[in-house]
Amino acid sequence: MTAVLITGGRIIDPANAIDKVGDLFIKNNRIISLFDRPNDFTAVQTINAKDHIVCPGLIDLSAHLREPGQTQKATILSETTAALKSGITTLCCPPDTHPINDTPAVTEFILDKVEHANAATVLPIGALTQGLEGTKLSAMAALHKAGCIGFSNAHNPIKNTLVLRRTLEYAASHNLCVIIRPEDPWLQDQGCVHEGIPASRFGLPGIPKASEIIAIQQSLALCELTGCRIHFSQLSCSESVNLLKAAKHKQLPVSADVAIHQLFFTENELNTFDSALHVRPPFRTETDKQALLDGLKGGVIDAVCSAHQPHDADAKLGAFPSTQPGISALETLLPLILKLIETKALSLSQGISWVTQNPASILALKQGSLTTGSPADICIFNPELTWTVNENNWLSQGRNTPLWGQTIKGKATQIIKSGQVFSS
Amino acid sequence: MTTPHSLQFNSDHQLQHLLSIEGLDQRLLTEIMDNAESFASLANQPVKKYPILRGKTVVNLFFENSTRTRTTFELAAKRLSADVINMNIATSATSKGESLLDTIRNLEAMHVDMFVIRHALSGAAHFIAQHVAPGISVINAGDGNHAHPTQALLDMFTIRRHKNDFSSLRIAIIGDILHSRVARSQIQALSILGAKEIRVIAPKTLLPIEVNALGVSVSHTLEEGLQDIDVVIMLRLQKERMSGALLPSESEYFNCFGLTQEKLAIAKPDAIVMHPGPINRGVEISSEVADGPQSVILQQVSYGIAIRMAIMSLIMQTPGRHHT
Repeated sequence: MTAVLITGGRIIDPANAIDKVGDLFIKNNRIISLFDRPNDFTAVQTINAKDHIVCPGLIDLSAHLREPGQTQKATILSETTAALKSGITTLCCPPDTHPINDTPAVTEFILDKVEHANAATVLPIGALTQGLEGTKLSAMAALHKAGCIGFSNAHNPIKNTLVLRRTLEYAASHNLCVIIRPEDPWLQDQGCVHEGIPASRFGLPGIPKASEIIAIQQSLALCELTGCRIHFSQLSCSESVNLLKAAKHKQLPVSADVAIHQLFFTENELNTFDSALHVRPPFRTETDKQALLDGLKGGVIDAVCSAHQPHDADAKLGAFPSTQPGISALETLLPLILKLIETKALSLSQGISWVTQNPASILALKQGSLTTGSPADICIFNPELTWTVNENNWLSQGRNTPLWGQTIKGKATQIIKSGQVFSS
Repeated sequence: MTTPHSLQFNSDHQLQHLLSIEGLDQRLLTEIMDNAESFASLANQPVKKYPILRGKTVVNLFFENSTRTRTTFELAAKRLSADVINMNIATSATSKGESLLDTIRNLEAMHVDMFVIRHALSGAAHFIAQHVAPGISVINAGDGNHAHPTQALLDMFTIRRHKNDFSSLRIAIIGDILHSRVARSQIQALSILGAKEIRVIAPKTLLPIEVNALGVSVSHTLEEGLQDIDVVIMLRLQKERMSGALLPSESEYFNCFGLTQEKLAIAKPDAIVMHPGPINRGVEISSEVADGPQSVILQQVSYGIAIRMAIMSLIMQTPGRHHT
């Protein structure tokens, strides 16, 4: 097996509170030492990481890959490659593929494609109910055995609270994590933007904050009742942060993430009817944006995900309400985390923890740290390297990003996954 | 970055598209109304044509049904000597799955000069304006709940003909503000023209969230809301609002928000009554009021032609619009 030496980089490992320049030693696909050269170590490959940061490979809790079923938007090969070359070595894909990932056969199909792609590791999220219809439990035990890391009903909130209760009870029996994107199906209605002043001005159907608040309150009550481990995906409101804070204070088994773009955009950018800004949950107010960031800084929100949703061009061409929501976001995750660190005067270690150690602990993964003996999933990046988001640099099949054409800073240069070295 | 304001103007700050009242200024609104005055007088001439748009092709592209708006646009274009094509999309390719953009591209290939567009979704006119070839103009004839700028302009023209100075006027807009592109454009136009007060009167189920931020005061009863009002604007109530849990029944709506002679008496004695049409007699307005001496509803329709002539001629005479 290959032995890799990463030399002279600034090693940041939030899980072990490390932030120091030095060498990192990999052998047999595992990290065998930091800083101190093991006696018998002979490097087969040496990477000079001077002026670079060496951190655990990023873990993304939500990235749609569109395969099976929507390969006009993206494929497992295209998206896992885009992820890996952007420093994301592990990602979770939601179950709303076609067919839906509610049987082990679909899970196995996905994992088979992933293996052939030889890029980022994929941890599929299984459907919480059959067909995501919100009526019958999925075969969670079998899906878990096939490789599903958690269970979710994606963007199809379960209307029947008794069914929701049963899914949580059943998941808890198997010690499985349930991922909830909190939306009230009725209040959500036909909404496509935050229900606020811009929505009123432009006559766009709005989604009130109450949609998310009610769904979280409902889930928290059922969390208390069932004891199920719940992860809330892609929060968008200040009130949600407060609810999570109280729930954590009560020591309920809950965690939460926020989509990276929620920390950069608000409803005020909507005045162009720019479909690139059509996302779900919608961009809300400046106050919400600030509360989400404060929630992250204070540890109420645990992680940041890309909420990657690649689309074909047609999906975004039309009158705003008729376009499909979502941003192609894998490749801008790391640069935007770095921008946040720079503009909000945060520590690199804290920012990196939101996409490494914290998502790993939510799903109890062995990845996400540089602990000796753990799998060698490593991201080496140049925080000062600027690049332009354009067709020359973009890898995802989905080009739907509001950052298209912009120049951003920070890029993964080498990525190591299970000991194998990739260049971006 | 493109804003709805800048998209409407070319690089010389001249009106290229009319998509929304937002972003227009008082000078431009006044200029359009002044021009409409001269076109309005044309209606009484034996020959009702001007050669301003001779050789130009205007396509009325209506993705939603309309009689009044489409007909007045058609007459306006014809009186300016343009060739006019009416496309009713219910019978066209879109119902066969063609995308909005494909429909536009196909018509563009036929060398059209102007699109007049009505669409059920907010932002449709902006989308089309962003994608048409540089020499083509777009007029928004109503997009979703967003904007209906020509209707608002003809309403301002009607008000000006009766009331003169906007700065002394209190205007009440009554009914389904939430789903009304007309109300949104009227509120913007009245704000720009400096109206003393714009009041919206409706139950909360028919008001957009934080509606005050649009520059209006709010009332939930006609009894309170009609006090001191100079101009009463009624909005059409769509029948389907009853089924969506927004309102209990037509009769309850009429009892609370329907304009009767008795309710109208609360407003100023010389108040005028307007309605963009088509009216629902006995739902939002009584026949007595609709046909009464204070009603200017039919004048609105005829002014609609003059205003649309003024807008089309202004846009088509914008210099530099033919460098395709």
